[in-house]
Amino acid sequence: MPGSMKRAFLGEFEEVVLLTVAILDEDAYGVSVTQEIEQKTGRSVGFSTVHTTLQRLEDKGFLSSRMGGATAERGGRRKRFFNVTAAGRKALQEVKQIRETLWSALPPQTLQLIGG
Amino acid sequence: MGSTPRTKPPRWASWLLKTFAHPDRREEVQGDLLELYPYWVETLGERKANWKYSLNALKLLRPLAKSENHQPYSTPFFLSPAMLRNYLKIAWRNLAKQKAYSFINITGLAAGMTVAMLIGLWIHDELSFDRKFNNYDRLAKLWQFVKFDVEKASYDVMPIPLADELRTRYADFESVGLSVTRSVILASGEQKLMKTGNYVEPDFIKMLSLNIMSGAPFGANDVNSILLSESLADAMFGSENTLNKLIRLDNKQTVKVVGVYEDFPVNTTFSDVTFLVPWKFFAANDDGAKRDRNEWDSNSYQIFAQLKPGADFDQVSAKIKDIRMKRDNPPGYKPEFFLHPMTKWHLYADFKDGVNTGGMITFVWLFGIIGIIVLLLACINFMNLSTARSEKRSKEVGIRKAVGSVRSQLIGQFFCESLLMVLLAFLFSILLVQLVLPFFNQIAEKKIDILWSNPWFWMAGLGFSLLTGFIAGSYPAFYLSSFQPVKVLKGTFRASRFAAVPRRVLVGFQFTVSVTLIISTVIVFRQIKHAKERPVGYSRSGLIEIGMNAPELYGHYTALRTDLLNTGAVAGMSESSNSITEQAGGTTDISWKRKQPGSKPLVMSNYITHDYGKTIGWQVKEGRDFSRDFTTDSSSMILNEAAVKLMGFNQPIGEIVRQSGRPYKVIGVIKDMVKEDPFKPVNPSFFAVNYRNVNTINLRLSPQLSTQEALAKVELVFKSYSPDSPFSYKFVDDQYARKFGTEERIGRLAGGFTSLAILISCLGLFGLASFMAEQRMKEIGIRKALGASVFNVWKLLSAEFVIMVVIAFCIAAPITYYVLSDWLRNYQYRTELSWWIFAASGIGALVVTLLTVSFQSLKAALMNPVKSLRSE
Repeated sequence: MPGSMKRAFLGEFEEVVLLTVAILDEDAYGVSVTQEIEQKTGRSVGFSTVHTTLQRLEDKGFLSSRMGGATAERGGRRKRFFNVTAAGRKALQEVKQIRETLWSALPPQTLQLIGG
Repeated sequence: MGSTPRTKPPRWASWLLKTFAHPDRREEVQGDLLELYPYWVETLGERKANWKYSLNALKLLRPLAKSENHQPYSTPFFLSPAMLRNYLKIAWRNLAKQKAYSFINITGLAAGMTVAMLIGLWIHDELSFDRKFNNYDRLAKLWQFVKFDVEKASYDVMPIPLADELRTRYADFESVGLSVTRSVILASGEQKLMKTGNYVEPDFIKMLSLNIMSGAPFGANDVNSILLSESLADAMFGSENTLNKLIRLDNKQTVKVVGVYEDFPVNTTFSDVTFLVPWKFFAANDDGAKRDRNEWDSNSYQIFAQLKPGADFDQVSAKIKDIRMKRDNPPGYKPEFFLHPMTKWHLYADFKDGVNTGGMITFVWLFGIIGIIVLLLACINFMNLSTARSEKRSKEVGIRKAVGSVRSQLIGQFFCESLLMVLLAFLFSILLVQLVLPFFNQIAEKKIDILWSNPWFWMAGLGFSLLTGFIAGSYPAFYLSSFQPVKVLKGTFRASRFAAVPRRVLVGFQFTVSVTLIISTVIVFRQIKHAKERPVGYSRSGLIEIGMNAPELYGHYTALRTDLLNTGAVAGMSESSNSITEQAGGTTDISWKRKQPGSKPLVMSNYITHDYGKTIGWQVKEGRDFSRDFTTDSSSMILNEAAVKLMGFNQPIGEIVRQSGRPYKVIGVIKDMVKEDPFKPVNPSFFAVNYRNVNTINLRLSPQLSTQEALAKVELVFKSYSPDSPFSYKFVDDQYARKFGTEERIGRLAGGFTSLAILISCLGLFGLASFMAEQRMKEIGIRKALGASVFNVWKLLSAEFVIMVVIAFCIAAPITYYVLSDWLRNYQYRTELSWWIFAASGIGALVVTLLTVSFQSLKAALMNPVKSLRSE
């Protein structure tokens, strides 16, 4: 969606979701992403929130999707698998870089105070 | 998540999701939630899981969202151009692949359509007869019912004073016009022509909205004027200016051409009226008209009338019915006048005992029904063959479905194909009609054209084609498209045992119709032959008649006769009061001993010269012919057998019959002569000698000379008596043959249509037989491998059709018997419905069927089983 390719600001939850998709690699879809976030972060997330976020990330061009993998427990319905696009990877890199810049700018005593 | 939960998520939430979720995301969302639900049940418990499921579902509702994504492939749409192209291509390949079948199918349907179209055009022509006049719906001819004996007879001749009576006393009439038709010799300079025309009152011109091309119509005061039809004006004067030319009529009086009118259209009652002369001229010059001027009981003239707008024919008829009976001295035959509307002249011209019994309309119905039946046969064939063939295409349907066709596409495809076939047949049939029309016109004695510019013609034709295409295509379209591709492709699909039942019923129906038509045609032809072979009571060979139009021919009987006999070209000559193939008049003023008082039978009157009997060769049964040796013969009479029967004479010779008050002695009885309708009994007639009351010369040409030579010699004699008249003669043979015109025409047409119907049936049969043989090819192969003989196989394949023919015959025979015996009852002189006609027709149908089917079944039976069994 070239129209929505604004210089995206990545929200915190969006970043988590994007990262989770990247972690799950080929197996990222609504359910797996939700469960992965819950397990990795320990916080309870609503499926609808994850779904909406995934959709928004796709709209922003950070994710691409394809349909596939119908199973009996889903009543024969297909899953929408997500992949991180090049733009998505770049966005993750940028976020990581900003974080690292910020971390490295932290005075050592403060760092010790936090307990790093 | 090892155990599968028995519980299911709340249905309402699933329903909401299914209905209102984002259309592009619905599938994955439904699936994801379904997958999550058991996880929730396991981790949180059922109640919480339900709650969570519902909450998520609600949050995911996007009731207003529309699908944004275009799909990677377009939705199947059965009218997409690419697919249409494909359908046409496949249809064409199917046509080309099965050439014989396509040919049979299209030709059969085209033949049926051709017949239907021809009949349709014929009916259109019949129904539009006399409709070209502006006021056709207000015009009528005066008729009267008269009662001579038991039954009421009907005549369209009227007394002269009736016209004035109607004009002056009855307000319903807008115009009334007397008219009389005569054959007249028109002479101008060297040009002499014998033509038929009418003497009419000026109102006649107005009533028929005559289109005057040049000059002006004659008025109420014109006497010696004439209006010529365009064609006659051309024939007489060519390119010269016609107006004010003088023409001599019958070499007596001279009239002046005052105008030329456009010929009456062909399909009107007046099509042979080539000139019009004022009634006043006729009234002043014709002896009969002079005598009948105020004669209420002399009925010889026609009266046409135009009613005022809004007047009703039946009501006016009721008003004028008793005009004559209310006057003084009402005649014994009790005339009842009535109006016969122009719209009914052509199709409803028959009356029986005071009631209109139709007429040509019967044939319009008959042919209409034949047309529909033939068309139906053709359609049945078309459908039969189409459906039979389409079963072979079940594999194609399977593959198409497997590749992704939806049902609507398959339906569309099969309709496309059958429409293509039907439209091809339609175009073909138009071509055929155009080719056949000249012959058809010749047989039907019509001038019919294809109604190229009539939208109804095209609408009917195309509408019918669409309907046929739709019906024929509906079986493959709806039935085949419902196949399950897996079954069809795996080969487990079998057409049900009953799939062939409707086909058998249709073929049975076809046979029934064919057998009915065969029997009917045979009977119609036999009836015509029967009437033709009826003894006529005189000899027709070499007998000619000459109308005595020119006044010079009168008064020289002996001299003319001697001159003619001296040429050696003539074996006999006489004169008579009317042609031998017509009966001009009869009388009720005739009585005899023991005549029932009060009965008024009509006895036909014939006035002849002494030589009449010898010339025409009548057969004297009792007594003797007229002879110059007996001077008393001027008051003698010869009766026919019918008259003897009517009068109840045991010994007719010597009886006295009084006619117009004069006593005549019966000197002889002749065998009945058929002068009128050959299908009816001969009317009682008398013959008396009268040298003045004659208008026809009868000549028997000498057999020694060729007809050409004899006629040339006869012409010379006539020219010496009447140099200004054209020599025109009629062969009695031809005149007599014309009496069968209608019946023969009908017979020929019905015969033609029947042959076509049979041909169409055979085509269908041929196709069906070939299809069945093909379907059972393997079976036949196995049978042959196991030792079946050719005869066995032939019997196997033909038996079914033979049974169908037998059943059809059993249905057709009683129907035909019923209908035909009813038809034959119309004829008093009729053939019998012998059983052998039925038997022969049935055997004929059987033989034709066997021949048709055998071609295919023998082909199948002679096939090498190796070939048929190897193919799999």
